[in-house]
Order: sequence, then structure tokens, then C-alpha cells
Amino acid sequence: MSVTVAIPTPLRNFTGGRDAIDVAGSTVGEVLDGLLTTHGGLKRHLVQDDGRLRNFVNLYLNDTDIRQLESTATPVREGDVLTIVPSIAGGSPATETALPKLSHAEVLRYSRHLLLPEVGVEGQRKLKAARVLTIGAGGLGSPLSLYLAAAGVGTIGVVDFDVVDLTNLQRQIVHGTSTLGHSKLESAKARLTDLNPNVNVIGHEARLSSENALEIIGQYDIVVDGTDNFPTRYLVNDACVLLGKPNVYGSIFRFEGQASLFYAKEGPCYRCLYSEPPPPGLVPSCAEGGVLGVLPGIIGSIQALEAIKWIIGAGDSLVGRLVLFDALKLKFRELKLRKDPNCPICGERPTIHELIDYQAFCGIGAEPDYHGVEISVAELQREREAKGGDLVLVDVREPHEWEIAHIEGARLIPLSQLPDRLNELDGHAEIVTQCHHGSRSLKALEILKGAGYGKVRSLAGGIDAWAEQAEPGMARY
Amino acid sequence: MSLRLPESLAEEIRRHGEAAYPAECCGALVGRIEGEAKEVVRLAPAVNRRTDDPHRYLITPDDLRRLEAEVRGAGLEIVGYYHSHPDHPAAPSAFDADHAWPWYSYVIVRIDRGRGAELASWVLADDRPQLLSESLDVFSEV
Repeated sequence: MSVTVAIPTPLRNFTGGRDAIDVAGSTVGEVLDGLLTTHGGLKRHLVQDDGRLRNFVNLYLNDTDIRQLESTATPVREGDVLTIVPSIAGGSPATETALPKLSHAEVLRYSRHLLLPEVGVEGQRKLKAARVLTIGAGGLGSPLSLYLAAAGVGTIGVVDFDVVDLTNLQRQIVHGTSTLGHSKLESAKARLTDLNPNVNVIGHEARLSSENALEIIGQYDIVVDGTDNFPTRYLVNDACVLLGKPNVYGSIFRFEGQASLFYAKEGPCYRCLYSEPPPPGLVPSCAEGGVLGVLPGIIGSIQALEAIKWIIGAGDSLVGRLVLFDALKLKFRELKLRKDPNCPICGERPTIHELIDYQAFCGIGAEPDYHGVEISVAELQREREAKGGDLVLVDVREPHEWEIAHIEGARLIPLSQLPDRLNELDGHAEIVTQCHHGSRSLKALEILKGAGYGKVRSLAGGIDAWAEQAEPGMARY
Repeated sequence: MSLRLPESLAEEIRRHGEAAYPAECCGALVGRIEGEAKEVVRLAPAVNRRTDDPHRYLITPDDLRRLEAEVRGAGLEIVGYYHSHPDHPAAPSAFDADHAWPWYSYVIVRIDRGRGAELASWVLADDRPQLLSESLDVFSEV
């Protein structure tokens, strides 16, 4: 089979001035090989050292770009015309000089990146120039900041105000046993700079708020949100929309996680997906509901991946897509997200033009005043001794938490079952509700009061405070 | 080979670069071969398809095929391309050299704070990947 290859003017020096050459072959690849065998001078202008077409060389089979066909495997027929068409590209050195150079040690460190055409030296220099802010150095913040640091992101900002606690280490792998009790910022900074001393880690020891969010986020190119609560999530979203920054979102609960890239300039924002926060208390936090330690590793890694892709401009981003991950089924699903024209912050007629009070927006400030209904560990101890069985202690945690530790003589009625099991409790009894830290027990107290129970109090600090003050031998979690 | 460019077209390139500033402009040089010289008879301004980075330009193969057909129809040829370097010298960047084709003339115009400045022409070395200075003859038509 013979195909006519049309040679563009700039390459005719290599074909003896001819503008068309007939070459035999059954696929585009074979025709190309044949052409390069007979006209070796074309080689360095058309293909790379590895034999693949240079990225600014385009082949059209008759009138169609072969990339829209089967690339070099596209079959050809007698009489077809294969045309070599240049892309004309270039540019001023501005980008090259503006991007930081890589040292020899950095070239070696990032060699596996440099081998990828999608990253290459230019992409690696973009990473070095990039400034990424991670909100939180917890479950999601750990893997994502580790991968960002390892990848050579030049500046990583971390916002956190917490201290490393033993319960963190099951998933927060940026911290370690040696940094227990240290601030998470200090701990993360030490680990990240050990992993990659070229990275400048900037700590923001603060709770992100409407007062400081614009100032902090304004210093960065892209934000990766690793928060575990709704007020901060809406705050980060709104600040990013107002500042025009991309926001890599991730969230996890028990065995499930989700991730997306919210970038209002190109697609939907978090408010397009969830216009209203859930009522407070409806969605339990990981501290209440638990989370499998590997899960934030997966979702946080996806977030790091999206941030890196955005920086180097490679691949298809998660803009307009929500990825849902189920660890038990080991299944990824994807939902298309659309920009909501009525979105109050990124829609056609936005009503939010500045940051608001996010605690109030999420209904958190509106919690009832529990003053006077709580009982301390010391008071409970005293009263139990005095009243014995007349004081009913109701543990509203889950059975698997009960298994870890419980107070002798308490009765287990998980919060979710309480409304259906009220008949088990004497209406005239004096009741103390108790949970892990004292938050669910307040909800239980509300339920009991609502059902007409008059003498109900809640144990402040829950079983954790009890273990600390009354029963030092008890297991804590 | 050298490149012959009428003064009026050199001015046109500067105007195009000024209009695109601070982004880059780009276009094709349309002309004919006159002995040992390429002579430009008109410009074919192109749409810069790179919108993600103001320091880059791209003329896509689809645009180029259309232009090529039109130029051929008029009995002319694309002899090279031009683009602007906003606030940078009229010298090729490494990226320019990496993406250059042989034989074509690459005219670069420096745009100095929004004002068109000097022009220079470049052509790819036989052994890639270097662009060498090419004799540019800007002549005034009387």
C-alpha cells in the first residue's frame, strides 16, 4: 500500500526539495518509519530520542488529526494523503527567568518527576515557585503536606492551633510519638523539612476566622482544605471565591470520603454543592463517629495530586466533579457538579460580598445554654456514694465504645436508640447522662427533658474526664 | 538566506505587539522566495491560542492549515512567523528554540513597556536546538 506524505516547506531541504513522497506501509506509524528510513535528516525535526512524535509535530491523515483517530496505529489505505503540519509555538523568556532554577541536588531528588514529560524541568520549577496553603495538620493535612513537600512545592503554609495527642497518631502520619504534646505546627514543620529541606514551611498558629482568612489565604496560590468542621469549610470556600483562588476539598467519615476542586472562575464552589450546612449535631465528627486511619491517606493524597496537577497544568482536574470513595467496598464513584446560577457567592447575582459569621451560619452559636445542667466528676462521685442506686447513670455512647471502657453501674443506651427506649427509664428517677467528652450526653439530656424527665444532668467532660479524675487505671481513647 | 521586510510591515508587527501587550502577539510572514532571500509581502496575524500563560504563543495546526491553503491560493508561501517579547529582548528564548522548525524565519519584536521596539530575525541551526541570527533587511518602499 502506498501513501503520499505531504512535506511542509521548512522540511523540503531534507527531501531534496520535493513536496510529496510516496511511502509504503499499512499504518501511519509504518509510513512514518519508512519516511524516516529513507530521509534520515527529517528525524531530529519530527521525533524525539525515544521515537515518539515531538509535541509540536502534527500528522493529518487526509483531513483528520491522527490524535483523533488511532494515533500512529491508524490504518492507512492506498491513495491516502498524510500531511505533516507544524504547530508554531514559542514565547518570551519571562516564564523561564521568573521561575526559580533547580540545583544539581534538586535535579537528582526530583529525577523521577523530570522523566515525566507532563512535569519535566518546567513543571518542577513551577512546583518550586508554588505557594500552597493547607488548612489543618490533621488526618488529611498529614498525607497531603507530606506529598506536597516530597514533590518539591516551594512554600507550604499550614494553619493549625492544636497539640499532638496520642489519639491523632492512628492516622495523622506527619506527627510521631516523639512529638506528642508538641504543637502540631512545630511537629509538622520538623517532619516536612526533614523529608525535604528545600521546602519553606510557614506555620500560621491560629484558628482560621473571618478576621484572618483573607489575609492568610491571600498569600498563597492554592488552598487545600483539610478541615473537619462545617464553619471552617464554608469560611475557606467563601474566602477562596472572594480571592479567586482554587480550593482543593476533601472530607472523610468512618469509611467514606469525598474530594473535589472548587474553583469558581471555572466551575462550581462548595456552596453550589451544599448551599446550607446540616443542622448542628446531625453529622457526627470523626472524634464522635470514628474514621479508618488509612482513609485520610487516600483522600489527602487525592487532594495533593489535584494541587500538583493544578500547579503544573497537567491532566483533567476535579473541577466540576465530586469523587466519592467507599473504603469497605473499595469503590470510587463520580458525580458531575454544576455551577449553581443562584449560588449566593459565585452565582449570577451574588449576595455575599464579604466573609460572614460562620459559627452562626452553621447554627453553632445558637446552641441552648447548658449552664447549670452539668455535673462535674467530683460531684457525681459524691452523689453516687450518697444516693447509690437512686441516681441512674445513662451511658449514651455506642456499644463498641462501651467495650473499651465504662463506668461501673452505668446503663448503656446509645443516643440513637434513646427516643425508643425511654420506657426503660423511670420518669421520677434522678438521671445523669454520660458520653465520651460530654457533647452527646447534652443531646441526650435534651431528649429526656423534652420527654418530661425533670431531674436530668449531664456529666461534664464525659468518661474521659472520669478516667482522668476518678479512675486513673481506666483505658482512654 | 536573508529576510527582506518592508518598513510598513515592520511597523505593523510593532502595532500588533503593542495591541497584545502585556501578552504576546503572533502571526505568519507571507511572501515569496527571491533568489537567496525570503521577501515578505504581507502579514497574516494569527490568534494566540495559548491563554493560560501571557509569555507563550501558539498557532494551532488547524489554524495553520487554513492559512496555508489561503496563502497557496494566492501563489504565495509562508516564509516565517513573528511574535512579540513583552519587556524582553528580541532574542529567542530556550522555549522558542525548542519549538522552532528549520528554514522558517522567526521574527521577534521587543515591546518595551507597551511600545514597539527593535526587531530581529532568527533561523534554526542545522543541528538544532539553537536559533541563529539571520540577516534582516528592513527596507522602505518608495
